[in-house]
Amino acid sequence: MEGNIYQVIWYILWAVLWTVYFVLDGFDLGAGSILYFIGKNQKERTVVYQAIGPFWDGNEVWLITAGGATFAAFPKTYAVMFSSLYSPLLLLLFCLIIRGIAVEYRNKYENFIWKNLWDLAFFLGSILATFLLGVAFANIFQGLPIDEKGNYHGNLFTLLNPYGILGGFLFVFCFAVHGANWLAFKTEGRLAERAASLGKKLWIVAIILAALFFSGSYLSTDLWKNYFNHPILCIFPVLSLTAFFLVPPMLSKEKYLKAWIASGLGIFGFSAWAFIGLFPNMFPSSLNSSWSLTCFNSSSSVLTLKIMTIVAFIFVPIILAYTIWAYKILHFKVPTQ
Amino acid sequence: MEIIVWLSRLQFATTAMFHFLFVPLTLGLSFLTAIYQTLWLKTGDEDYKRAARFWGKLFIINFGLGVVTGITLEFQFGTNWRHYSEFVGDVFGPLLAIEATMAFFLESVFIAIWWFGWNRLSPKITTLAIWLTTIGSNISALWILLANGWMQNPVGYVIKNGRAELASFWDVFTNSFGWLEFLHTVPAGYVLGGFFVLGISAYHLLKKNELTFFKKSFKVGAIWTLIWSISLLITGHFHGEEVAKKQPTKLAAMEAIWETKKGADFPLIAFPDEKKEKNVVEVLKIPGLVSFLSYNDFSAEIKGLKEWPKEERPPVVLTFWSFRIMVGLGLLFILLSIWAVIKRKNPENYPLLLRLLLINIPLPYIACEAGWIVTDVGRQPWIIYGLLKTNDAVSPISASQVGISFPAFIVVYSILGIICFWLIIKYARKGPEVENSKIKTSIDY
Repeated sequence: MEGNIYQVIWYILWAVLWTVYFVLDGFDLGAGSILYFIGKNQKERTVVYQAIGPFWDGNEVWLITAGGATFAAFPKTYAVMFSSLYSPLLLLLFCLIIRGIAVEYRNKYENFIWKNLWDLAFFLGSILATFLLGVAFANIFQGLPIDEKGNYHGNLFTLLNPYGILGGFLFVFCFAVHGANWLAFKTEGRLAERAASLGKKLWIVAIILAALFFSGSYLSTDLWKNYFNHPILCIFPVLSLTAFFLVPPMLSKEKYLKAWIASGLGIFGFSAWAFIGLFPNMFPSSLNSSWSLTCFNSSSSVLTLKIMTIVAFIFVPIILAYTIWAYKILHFKVPTQ
Repeated sequence: MEIIVWLSRLQFATTAMFHFLFVPLTLGLSFLTAIYQTLWLKTGDEDYKRAARFWGKLFIINFGLGVVTGITLEFQFGTNWRHYSEFVGDVFGPLLAIEATMAFFLESVFIAIWWFGWNRLSPKITTLAIWLTTIGSNISALWILLANGWMQNPVGYVIKNGRAELASFWDVFTNSFGWLEFLHTVPAGYVLGGFFVLGISAYHLLKKNELTFFKKSFKVGAIWTLIWSISLLITGHFHGEEVAKKQPTKLAAMEAIWETKKGADFPLIAFPDEKKEKNVVEVLKIPGLVSFLSYNDFSAEIKGLKEWPKEERPPVVLTFWSFRIMVGLGLLFILLSIWAVIKRKNPENYPLLLRLLLINIPLPYIACEAGWIVTDVGRQPWIIYGLLKTNDAVSPISASQVGISFPAFIVVYSILGIICFWLIIKYARKGPEVENSKIKTSIDY
């Protein structure tokens, strides 16, 4: 199949969908991961739920759309990726289901044990889901043992290699910082202070993990290769780091919205860096690079890609417009009880 | 391989049917809530405001589980049905992607504006948000049913590069099979939602609790349910004609017809024996009715199952009985909603009607699930009718993977399902809030 421009457009859109998903669901997953560190008792923890309540569902739709877009634009990648990653994906799914229901149901019944159990489900589901996302993507970056037919020669534990685990922890801590910034922004008083000071501590771990990941990627992946050929693209990792370095000073100045935007940009830049480095691969083979699935050898037909492009160019701006509007009109501080 | 196919089928069927416990109520109750809210705006009657809040709360509890169980289905096409996904992604994938783009964002963002904006935003914006949530759910139904319709009746494609490639998006979009599914499934959700409202209203009317409030909900619910129950009969008939044309094996299984025959009879009750290839018992036959329903002609020819080799026939017993359960319940719903409409002014004086409406609540759920069994079990052994067999669609995964995930789904889904229905019952019995103005949204969550 000859390469065409629509394949490149859809690679970019595919990367954008995942990136927006990380930036948005990142903060509500992160808020779940630090639930017990922000809320010392049930009443305080209720505030965490209220701070993400209106947003988590819409954020998760970006995951569904990223999955749907993979299916529609790159069916072969979708098919091979999802069947190869069967166990981690279903585990991720269970985590997302349980934590989502925890947010919806936790405050629907006044009972101590009930709330404690949902708190635990929300915390574990959020942290494990984030870890699995990190592990999965780190493994995609370094390649998985798939043969020329796209059959996967490995299991769940194949993914738990040092680089994969590093990716998992990186996601957990970056999302936690992002979540802490959101909670600092959305809450008041002692909870906001607690979130800000926790955010600063988590930030130190996150930045160390990021440094390890950037260098680890040089050793175990080809992610930096595109940057040697096109150094200009380095603006993305630079943006990521610059934004991320703005987080602690913004938290110190109690400019919590700016801190949250900064961590969001940090995640955005990181994700952009990774997907640019991965291009044109989407699901590389660690056995033989000619067996890798790329946007050029796994895409849908030009007609399908064209129709999808039209749909995306009409609806994505509309979605962004009403999503931003929703964030604006639902902007209110959650009172500490 | 065989065991992986079976486990994957069971897992998909279980997760899809579980998902569909929450979808129809989402479709029906969002619409009704939007109507109550609009009636409040138009009339200023506080009871309608409380109704929007009361039914809206039940809607929200139900909606949460609908959302999270929907993701499972999207994932499973890839995890369990890899060859299917590779083969159809070019045509089928865009329908799912468009569904997410056009519907899921709309639903999820405006449901938040509706629920969290209550008491913060103007009632007009809240009303708009409820309507947009409703529209989102309905758009979602259209695209997913066009996707299912394509599996039933593939159109607008060519076989190229070893897969089905899109030839005409217009043909896929205007696939009559998909639209008929939409026109039948969505009203089914409206009927389920209507009976949900009638049943819960009946519970409170029997207890003489909040009489004026529940009489108002009852009245709207009764008229609504009757309209859509009748529409189901009509669209169901057209859908049946389409099945006769496009899926003769499904029709033969639905009616347990083994021998090709002119003027095929409609057996009310039959016990098909798939090994002996005949019905061991067949009673209450209505002469020529299958032919008439399928082709408007009492003597039209209906092909029997024996026309096809055994391995190309769907499971007959399950398809036959599911069809009868669905149709039987559908007719019952019309009678019951006629009765409710007649007594809509003073239903509290008719305890028998109220009791029937109360115990009727689960029946539309059974009818919906039975309908899906007819649709998707009746489609077997094909995953895409006439084009790809289910056996050839499965992923190269190990049996242990599905052997673990399938029981895990059963356990997790059972717990969540019980909790969800328990919460719905709890809030349904509690009745509407007394003084609405005291509701504080942020605390209420």
